[in-house]
Amino acid sequence: MSLQDKYKQLTDAATAAGVSNLQVREQDNVLYIDGTAPSGAVKDELWNTYDSIDPNFTSGDLVMNVNVDVAASVTKVKVTTESSNLNIRKGPGTDQPIVGKAAHGEIITLVSQSNAQWWLVRTDDGEEGYAYAQYLTPEA
Amino acid sequence: MKLTKVLMAVAIIATTLFVGCSPKDADIKAAIEEKIKTTPAMTGATVEVTDGIATISGEVKDGECKTMCEKEIVGMKGVKSVVNNCTVTPPPPPPAPVVIAADDALTKAVTDAVKDFPGVMADVKDGVITLTGEIKKDALKKLMPVLQSLKPKKVDNKLTVK
Repeated sequence: MSLQDKYKQLTDAATAAGVSNLQVREQDNVLYIDGTAPSGAVKDELWNTYDSIDPNFTSGDLVMNVNVDVAASVTKVKVTTESSNLNIRKGPGTDQPIVGKAAHGEIITLVSQSNAQWWLVRTDDGEEGYAYAQYLTPEA
Repeated sequence: MKLTKVLMAVAIIATTLFVGCSPKDADIKAAIEEKIKTTPAMTGATVEVTDGIATISGEVKDGECKTMCEKEIVGMKGVKSVVNNCTVTPPPPPPAPVVIAADDALTKAVTDAVKDFPGVMADVKDGVITLTGEIKKDALKKLMPVLQSLKPKKVDNKLTVK
């Protein structure tokens, strides 16, 4: 069974859910699915489907890079860590010094998302720096 | 007078019969268009008929379709010959190759990503992220999307899921 067939349910679901710029490519026995999801719920659903086809993602034959489209108009983000404070760093990377912290649940200003993993943010206290985008949720 | 009428009648009947034997260009065109409509391989072709000569043009899927269009039409009633001006749709360009992140940048990004997942060890070599250690299922479902968005060649997941 080809990889396209194995993950057909996933690519079909992505198409049906309105994932834009969808690209499905196979290279060196790995399938690459890239695209932009219209919402976080769509992304979660695709990952659930992926998990059902390849439980615990152990096959190593798929790289799914489907990110959620964050509108340019979004200026406020909520800190959605498990429970802890979120480090704000001088530059994009955990090797960078911490210049501030944002509390769990705090709503802060999104300055720039030019780096996909590290967003430039500013707290109400005026602390500005990079925070890990994984823990930031755009406010509608 | 009577003879004239008879002659006229004969002329009309003859004309009708003659036309009946050799269909008009418009009828031939309509018949060919119907054929194009009902034959998927002929999709994209258009036809013009002048004095029984059918000229087909338009863009068809491939060379086989182009030949087939001609063959189908050549045998049709009233068609004297076929001028095949069909062009073949060029194949789509191959997709751009998948870009894999360089090890230096990938290692840094992976370090950032696994920092908050105690018990998970990650190693990067030639674009392949190898994960070892153990993880809870919930955490795995959070970590995997992040790692797979870093443009790795693949993620070799050897984690024990608790």
